[in-house]
Amino acid sequence: MSSHLPLVNHVEKETTTLNLGPTHPATHGIFQNILEIDGERIVSAEQTVGYIHRAFEKLAERRPFYQITPLTDRMNYCSSPINNMGWHMTVEKLLGITIPKRAQYMRVIIMELARISDHLILNSILAVDTGAMTGFLYVMQEREKIYDIYEEICGARLTTNIGRIGGMERDFNDNAIKKIRQFLKEFPKVWAEFEKLVSRNRIFMDRTVGVGGISAERALSYGFTGVNLRAAGVDYDVRVMEPYSSYEDFQFDIPVGQHGDVYDRYCVAGQEVWESLKIITQAMDNLPNDSFHADTPEYYLPPKIEVYKNMEALIYHFKIVMGEIEMPVGEVYHKVEGGNGELGFYLVSDGGRTPYRLHFRRPCFIYYQAFPEIIYGATLSDAIVTMSSMNVIAGELDA
Amino acid sequence: MGKIDNSTLAGKLEGKFPLTVLRTDELSDMLNVYSDRRSNVEIVKYLWDEPSFQFQFLTDICGVHYPDRKGEELEVVYHLHSFVNNHRIRLKFALPIEDPTIKSLTELYAGANWMERETFDFYGIIFEGHPNLKRILNVDEMEAFPMRKEHPLEDPNRIDKQDKFFGR
Repeated sequence: MSSHLPLVNHVEKETTTLNLGPTHPATHGIFQNILEIDGERIVSAEQTVGYIHRAFEKLAERRPFYQITPLTDRMNYCSSPINNMGWHMTVEKLLGITIPKRAQYMRVIIMELARISDHLILNSILAVDTGAMTGFLYVMQEREKIYDIYEEICGARLTTNIGRIGGMERDFNDNAIKKIRQFLKEFPKVWAEFEKLVSRNRIFMDRTVGVGGISAERALSYGFTGVNLRAAGVDYDVRVMEPYSSYEDFQFDIPVGQHGDVYDRYCVAGQEVWESLKIITQAMDNLPNDSFHADTPEYYLPPKIEVYKNMEALIYHFKIVMGEIEMPVGEVYHKVEGGNGELGFYLVSDGGRTPYRLHFRRPCFIYYQAFPEIIYGATLSDAIVTMSSMNVIAGELDA
Repeated sequence: MGKIDNSTLAGKLEGKFPLTVLRTDELSDMLNVYSDRRSNVEIVKYLWDEPSFQFQFLTDICGVHYPDRKGEELEVVYHLHSFVNNHRIRLKFALPIEDPTIKSLTELYAGANWMERETFDFYGIIFEGHPNLKRILNVDEMEAFPMRKEHPLEDPNRIDKQDKFFGR
């Protein structure tokens, strides 16, 4: 049979170069991947990042401390309150302020709401990328409710600028408490229904099980943190390892995966939503009755009405707004469990009105470099699902 | 594993590297170790291998610029984390601005790749042995290293924002 075929001595083998991004709907943000494809298989990938680099670290060197808060919430905009709180806690650590329990619990409630909103976007967008649109639209309504709660607390929805150095800007009002209670009552049904739609779905599992896996060793070497590391089987969570803001008061579990693949990431993130709900319920039930801010007038911006009536408040208001407060000389590193990993702030202060140096440890900037290794040999459709499940946020990637 | 004591950690490091570990302090939230830049890989390797420490997770690399420190204007800061002991350490290596070179950690940590590229991008610190040391967040054509202090954020000719008008 083979004697009838022409003898081929030399086959010209050629790979195709494919630009995935910078503006492709499947990348969920502006970053580029230059893929080399051999037929269906990816043989190499090179990422280009920095399309929305806004020089936050440089900007921070020219701003008083309280003006840096709005920079931080433009990093991971899916869970901006966590970034704000992380920054406040960094400055409080430098100043040596302990804030009252009520403020800490309020922060926990807001941070866990932010984690839910981050994870529900992560999981529902992953479902969209595998072809399931319905679940996404269904949980998006719930994200709106979380944003309504933010709005009730701080007046903003997406870039929240929530909280102050030394506590919260105001107490939860009755409406906020009502909305949180209502969310706690209604959201579990929605999330259960979403998971029922997606988690054991035949098509979804075929697309995600065994796709985009990474071993625990490689994940640690690449500096993975957060959901991606826990999906690979390492139970590292900043909330438990080094509790901040009273996380040690709450009972919750850390879900851990086994294979580090897309499906494990999905399951870990989905389970974390349930754990976050547990934390919020406990925090709401045990909300202490002390003040919502620390009694440190030289650092905590006074209420506006006091500024008009009270001389001390006016002085402190002027000093804080003009960046005239005394900052100690020193350096601190503070970390919080962000939506996608360990979000760190390395702050060097020389006692001036601005930080001498501020470096953000942005979790997705660090773990996204593993992407070419993870997708090596995979198909293009698998690469897209992998990217989606890694929770790469362009704003945080580029800072 | 047990808790590591900062003073034992400092003592062991100074005993192991008497010539290259210059000084240690505990002024901030974790142990700061100031060392000679030529020994960075050995120190990190030792902290990795030593069974009672196991600093095997690289949290962060960043640079700092101190224009007033003659001969050691630039500084590379590593944050290492030992998961087994739940302990952190900060290593600092000073570099002269005329010769800002230091060995790369990419052999030990895959994640050091982009962190070092970012540090190069903003401070011009050359990591020897890095597989692909080029700019990452800024455009390739850029000539300056923008996070160095000689590049002011705003127009230096402006006089309305001078510190002396703010009581400084």
